[in-house]
Amino acid sequence: MEHALESTVQERPEPREGEKLLPDGVLGMILFIFTEAMLFAGFISAFVIVKSQAAGQMWPPFGQPRLPVEETAVNTAALLVSGLVLGFAQFAFRRSARQAVLPFAVSIFLGLFFVGFQGVEWAQLLGQGLTLQSSTYGAFFYLIVGAHAIHAVGALAALVWAWFRLRDDDLGQSAFTTVQLFWYFVVLLWPILYWKVYLA
Amino acid sequence: MAQATTAPVQDTHGHDTHGHHDEGWFKKYFWSTDHKMIAKQYLWTSIFMAVVGGLMAYVFRMQLAFPGIEVPGFGLVSPGEYNALITNHGSIMIFWVAMPMLIAAWGNFLIPLMIGADDMVFPRINRLSFQIFLISAILILASLFVQGGGFGGAWTSYPPLSANPEYNLTGLGASIWLIAVALEFVAFLLGGINFIVTLMNSRAPGMKAYDIPVTVWMIVIASILFMLSVGPLIAGAIMLLFDQTLNTGFYDPARGGDPILWQHLFWFFGHPEVYVVLLPAIGFVIDIIATFARKKLFGYKIMVYTAVATAVLSFFVWAHHQFIAGIDPRMANVFTVTTLLISVPIAELLFVIIATLYGGSIKFTTPMLWALSFVATFLIGGVTGIFLGASGSDIYLHDTYFVLAHFHYTFFPIAIIGGFAAFTYWFPKMFGTMLDETLGKIHFWGTVIPFQFIFIPLFALGLGGQHRRIYNFQNFPELASMQPLRVTATLALIVMILFQLVFFWNLFRSLRSKEKAPMNPWKANTLEWTTPSPPPHGNWPPDQMPKVYRGPYEYSVPDRDTDYWPQNEPS
Repeated sequence: MEHALESTVQERPEPREGEKLLPDGVLGMILFIFTEAMLFAGFISAFVIVKSQAAGQMWPPFGQPRLPVEETAVNTAALLVSGLVLGFAQFAFRRSARQAVLPFAVSIFLGLFFVGFQGVEWAQLLGQGLTLQSSTYGAFFYLIVGAHAIHAVGALAALVWAWFRLRDDDLGQSAFTTVQLFWYFVVLLWPILYWKVYLA
Repeated sequence: MAQATTAPVQDTHGHDTHGHHDEGWFKKYFWSTDHKMIAKQYLWTSIFMAVVGGLMAYVFRMQLAFPGIEVPGFGLVSPGEYNALITNHGSIMIFWVAMPMLIAAWGNFLIPLMIGADDMVFPRINRLSFQIFLISAILILASLFVQGGGFGGAWTSYPPLSANPEYNLTGLGASIWLIAVALEFVAFLLGGINFIVTLMNSRAPGMKAYDIPVTVWMIVIASILFMLSVGPLIAGAIMLLFDQTLNTGFYDPARGGDPILWQHLFWFFGHPEVYVVLLPAIGFVIDIIATFARKKLFGYKIMVYTAVATAVLSFFVWAHHQFIAGIDPRMANVFTVTTLLISVPIAELLFVIIATLYGGSIKFTTPMLWALSFVATFLIGGVTGIFLGASGSDIYLHDTYFVLAHFHYTFFPIAIIGGFAAFTYWFPKMFGTMLDETLGKIHFWGTVIPFQFIFIPLFALGLGGQHRRIYNFQNFPELASMQPLRVTATLALIVMILFQLVFFWNLFRSLRSKEKAPMNPWKANTLEWTTPSPPPHGNWPPDQMPKVYRGPYEYSVPDRDTDYWPQNEPS
């Protein structure tokens, strides 16, 4: 009995400072992205359920415009390229901050193009009679795409902030990775939304 | 005002490392990023909200026991007010009492102290979290006084009642209620990220995964659970808000929407939420019981795995709230099985506690009494849950007072008993003085005994077929005869509320007391007891940051002079 108790207390080497698995900011951002992913999972599953119960399986519902699938495909490509260019910027950044300034700016520009294009598309759709109130089709479209757009604008604001820091050679590696992760979330979420809302 | 004189400056709580001591009252209390200050603010806010929620219960219980009387201190209760009171009682007790007290207050206070860190990793996000929480608390209270009164559609807020102002008659109250709840979630999201990152990245040198005190494990597992479950509810809440204010039709069947959708989104969060508040309470209880049984915790690793298993399982039980909402009976079978399965890990946690007690040299201090009563009371709550998790019996019991008594037998031990256990145990560390044991024990018995007299009658009423959310049971002849049970419950509630005065008197005395608490009054092992009470700014003097040599539960180790062995003591 006594032996069993003693064996549980082992001698240990002198404690040392542990190594961090990931920097604080990066880890925090990953956790935040998990929550955000669950938010969009909620939107998407609600959308899929309501769509599956549509009257007469008519989707889009009668009298509602068709979404501009082709134009948005171009826009989707622009967003994906933006993510890719930001990846290049990260590689360049590891060599020197100077070399990352241009690809970083290109990435922001493509992101702004995406958001602007979406705005034009919304204006057209509103003109064609697709509104929040016109049908659940319209309501879900503006809800889901709008939620993504808000995230895109927020992420772009973070990217612009980071770009100014980068230009002044004042951007740390972990801050870069943190904003990059957030932008990647926005970029990689979009094809899923495009597939679910526009195509499926 | 006399800011300079009222702000004690001997111990600055601001997170300014440059020794800037003359900050004003506003800056000190509203912008402090010290985790201990934020924890206290969460604690005081949640205690205040608990008083508000408790008094709401007093008002509507009086209406139920003595229908139509002028409730002393409130006056006549109209049906609309009755609905607003029960709705906001539930919302406040869960979102503004249980969560801020168990997770935010004690998580903020204990995580850095128990893992030997000087603060949270994101102190400013932590401050932001409390500010958002405070705004949400003000909003929920304000919603009671807007035109039309507070929201009265129950804390679950089912559409179409909640979605359409024409049905609920409280358009503004309903929207403010929803915004307040959503803001509160944002606050805890920020807090949760902070807790998880702090635990992963800021542990004291030498602290391995299995040297982390159970309380910290539990709060962090609960935070992960919260963060994974809250997204769909926020999605659903945005849709509900759109329905209320922008006239969309997400939940309106006449316009192609689906009201059951809300129930799925709500309970996908709502059931894990039960475990979000349960796990921290179990953590406190386990830490307290190991300390006062003076015995090594039985099955530490099993318990951590069990908590994780509970968290995972809790994602697959939500539809047991919807057995009569028209879901497919085959699906009801599946959810019955998963729901009953979750009692296995919970029973395991209780057995761990009982096995820890077995053969210990138990000291019946006030925190220990609270911890033991948690086990006994929660057990009743858990066992009655079996009848509700099984779809067959739930079809009869659904939405009766049996359900109500069941979840009060779980939430009361979690939020109130668990909250008092933690409060009485860590009070010396937080405020630097001791609470009075005699007054503490009077308060304990005065709370726990009336509690049984409130809710055991309600079990009987529920089995007798009494439906929830009815304003006046005298209108139902077959229910009117059970009036003595309702009166018993209400009188017991009044007794319980009066005994809380003992607690506040005890608190007031101790806060004014000049007698300093020792560093380690309970002779416990964990790191928070190795720094002065209350801990200085930065938690430990800079050159004395703790190192960890062993697990947190090495009590009564043979061949040692003392029966405890602090984690930071070199062997």
